Amino acid sequence: MKGRTISPGKAEGEAIVSSEPIGFYGGIDIKTGVVIEKDHPLKGKSVTDKILVFPCGKGSTVGSYVIYGLKKNGVAPAGVINKETETIVAAGVILAGIPCVDQIEIEKIKNGDNLFLDADKGVVEIK
Amino acid sequence: MHLTKDEEKILNSEKGEVMERLFRLLVRLGDIYGADRMIPVGSVQVAGVSYKSIGDPGKAFLEDIASKGVKVKVLTYLNPAGMDLENWEKLGFPRDFAKNQLRIIDAFKQMGIVITSTCTPYLAGNLPRFREHIAWSESSAVSFSNSVIGARTNREGGPSALAAAICGVTPNYGLHLWEKRQPAVKIKVDADLSFNSDFGALGYYVGKQVKNKIPYFTGIKNANTDQLKALGAAMAASGAVALYHVENLTPEADLVEKKGLETVSIGKKEIKDTYDKLNSGKNPDIVIFGCPHASLREISMIAERLEGKHLKKPVWVCTSRMVKEAAERMGYNEIIAKAGGSIVADTCMVVAPIEEMGYKTTGVNSGKAANYLPGFCKQEVCFANIDDLIGGQL
Repeated sequence: MKGRTISPGKAEGEAIVSSEPIGFYGGIDIKTGVVIEKDHPLKGKSVTDKILVFPCGKGSTVGSYVIYGLKKNGVAPAGVINKETETIVAAGVILAGIPCVDQIEIEKIKNGDNLFLDADKGVVEIK
Repeated sequence: MHLTKDEEKILNSEKGEVMERLFRLLVRLGDIYGADRMIPVGSVQVAGVSYKSIGDPGKAFLEDIASKGVKVKVLTYLNPAGMDLENWEKLGFPRDFAKNQLRIIDAFKQMGIVITSTCTPYLAGNLPRFREHIAWSESSAVSFSNSVIGARTNREGGPSALAAAICGVTPNYGLHLWEKRQPAVKIKVDADLSFNSDFGALGYYVGKQVKNKIPYFTGIKNANTDQLKALGAAMAASGAVALYHVENLTPEADLVEKKGLETVSIGKKEIKDTYDKLNSGKNPDIVIFGCPHASLREISMIAERLEGKHLKKPVWVCTSRMVKEAAERMGYNEIIAKAGGSIVADTCMVVAPIEEMGYKTTGVNSGKAANYLPGFCKQEVCFANIDDLIGGQL
C-alpha cells in the first residue's frame, strides 16, 4: 500500500491496530508505553517496538511531547501508520524520528500482521 | 512550499542551530499538509508545561533550547503547570516534583514566554481578533479562539507552537484557509442545556461522534462564553474538534456553507446517557472546578453557593493567576477559603499529580476533565452540575 510520508525512516514489526483514534496524552503511559485510556480498545496493551496503526489522533496538544518522551524512554512504537495524521502526531513523530506514513487503508491491516514500513517511500507491506 | 530569502537563510543555519531545527519542523509540516508559504502569527499559546505531562525528556528538550539563548518573536502565553507556582508547598505538592517543575518554568522564562500558566489565555490578556492568524496549542483554547472568536489556528502540538513562537510564523494550511473552515456535519440539539456541565456532556458526546470533523450546531438557544468554553473543551478532548459553529451564536456560523450536511440529532436521552457514562465513582474525596480555568463569573457562582457554609471535604477552584487576583478584590477568595475551599492558580486537576496526593475519587463539572481523569490521574469520576457537587461536600 502506498501513502504519504509524514516522518522518514524504515521499520519492521508486529502490527497493533486500533479502530478508534488515539490521544497520546492521557492515552499512553510515557514511561511504559502501555495504553491507559479508560474504555480504549487497546487498554492495557504495550505499543513498544510495534507498528502502531490507528485512524487519526485526538485530544490534547501535549501528545507530541508524549510521543517524543516515549522514544527517549525507549518504549516508543517502531513505526506509526494512520488513515490521516494530524499536526500533533506529525510534530511528535518528526521530533522523535519515528517513521510514519498516512493515507493508508488501515482496515486491511490486522492485529499481529507482520509489517514492513518504508516511510521514505511512503510504502506499507503486509508480509 | 515557497520560502523567502530570509527563511532560506534560517535553513542554512545562518540564524543558529536551534532556529534551524525548529524552522525545519515547520517546513516539514507545511510540506506534508500542502502549505504554499509561511504566514506571520499574531500570538502563540504554548502547551506541554507540566512536569507530569512531558517528563524528563520534555524538560531536557526545553532546557536545551533555552540554553542557546533564543527568544520568542511574538506575544507567547503558557499553558498550566503541574502545580500552583507560588502556593505549592501549602497545597501539598511533592517537593521533588516542584523542583523539576520550576526548572521547566525557568526554561520558558528564558525564552521570553509570559509565565501565565493558564489554558484560558483569552481570559488573561491574550485575545486575538477575528480572522487573525495565530499558532495556539492547548486543545480547548484552540477550539475557543477558532470558534468563539473566529481567529485562525490549527491544533498545534506543543513543539510546533513553540517553533512558531520562536520563528514568528506558521505554515499556511488547514484552518488558516477559509475553505477548510466549512462544517462537515450538522448537530441538531433538542435538549434544555442549563448547567455548564450540560454543555460538557453535549461536547463529550459530540466529540466521540464526529472525531476530527467540524460540527455545525443548531437548536442551542443561548450560551455564554463559559458554556461555549465547556462545550469546545469537551469536544477537543473526546475527539479532535478544533472548530465548531453554532447557529446564531458564533461569528462564522452565518458565513459557512451549510447545504447538504449529514445530520446527527441529540436529545435529552443522549445527554443523560453521557452523564451516566462519565460517572464511574460516588462520594468524591475532592471536588475540582475550573477545567478549563474558571472565569470570574464561574468563581462568583461558586462563592455564592459557599457563602457562610462549612465544607466537610475539599473543593478546589482552578484558575489563572490574573483571574485569581480579580476574585481576591471581589472577596470571592475569602468566602471560598472561609468555607474550607481553595483557589488554586497556575495548574489544574488533570496536569497536577493529584493521584500522588491521596485522592481516589474526584468530582467535576467538566466533560474534558471527566475524559482525562480516569486514565491520566487514576481517578474515579463523579460528573455532575455545580449544585450537586457542592451540595455533596457540605
